[in-house]
Amino acid sequence: MADRLVPIAEKRLMDVKLGELGSWLGARDFTPNGIISAVRRGHDRYYNKYINVKKGGIGGVAMLLVGYMAMSYLWEYDHIKHDRWRKYH
Amino acid sequence: MLSRLVIVSANALKGSSPLGAGLVQVSRCLHASPQSLSPVAPLPEKGGKVRHGIIPEELFQLLYPKTGVTGPYMLGTGLILYMLSKEIYVINHETFAAASIGAVIIYGIKKFGPSVAAFADKLNEDKVAKAQEVKDSAMTSLTQAIEDEKKEQWRVEGRSMLFDAKRNNVAMLLETNYRERIHMVTNEVKKRLDYQVALQDLQRRMAQEHMVNWVEKNVVSSITPQQEKESIAKCITDLKALAKTTQAKVAV
Repeated sequence: MADRLVPIAEKRLMDVKLGELGSWLGARDFTPNGIISAVRRGHDRYYNKYINVKKGGIGGVAMLLVGYMAMSYLWEYDHIKHDRWRKYH
Repeated sequence: MLSRLVIVSANALKGSSPLGAGLVQVSRCLHASPQSLSPVAPLPEKGGKVRHGIIPEELFQLLYPKTGVTGPYMLGTGLILYMLSKEIYVINHETFAAASIGAVIIYGIKKFGPSVAAFADKLNEDKVAKAQEVKDSAMTSLTQAIEDEKKEQWRVEGRSMLFDAKRNNVAMLLETNYRERIHMVTNEVKKRLDYQVALQDLQRRMAQEHMVNWVEKNVVSSITPQQEKESIAKCITDLKALAKTTQAKVAV
């Protein structure tokens, strides 16, 4: 299916080969507009896949909540570290 | 399940009109070009599959070729044990709180999930049914309008026949009127001519009678008594002769 050589910047992440990862990362659009559009795209993909359907399940919202829990645990880790039961693991 | 309530509330937010469902669909194609006039694709029936409520199915599909069905579960168990043993996840009072809350939430979802889902589905269906009703009534009224229009066109075709009939009527009226007047005219003329004819007849008759009377009078006055006696005597002799001839005839 190699009709023509697609430039690296336009490939999706899963199609990028490991060796090209650095150049792919460098070619991404890091302007504020680019970041906002990337966030918008991600939101739309998630929304249209899990929430904007006729019979959605708990998964759409539950995954967001679990992600939120994980993120908040991560940001609090430096504080939670002090509750550890053993010093050496 | 909560996503259905999200949809319902989104619909309510976008105005509880029959177009609410359509507006939610419009919000899907925000990233499409604004000039696309193709009909919006219908909402997919089910969302992306999620196992145990929090892990998307894609992970399982990713690991299936290499590790089979139990692969992701092994991975999950290994990760949990690693995090517990290295105390990346620390067990403290929050763990207990999270466990209790999780238990309650999971129990609630398992017990009331289907009924809430059915309720939200019913709300959605009502909205769709209302929109469908509007569409159906619009369709029927438009088809009715089309039929009425066709009927009017058919009527217009007959209008020429109507005018022909009316024209015939008017022509007949004119004809009868004309004939009446002709009749009257002939009658009047005939009356006048008859009058003239009668007048002439009268005149001739009167002249005739007058002449006859005059001739008679003259003749009578010209008959002298002498001539009268002679004519009477001749008559008598004629009569006698006649009588003799007839008697002779009878005798024979």
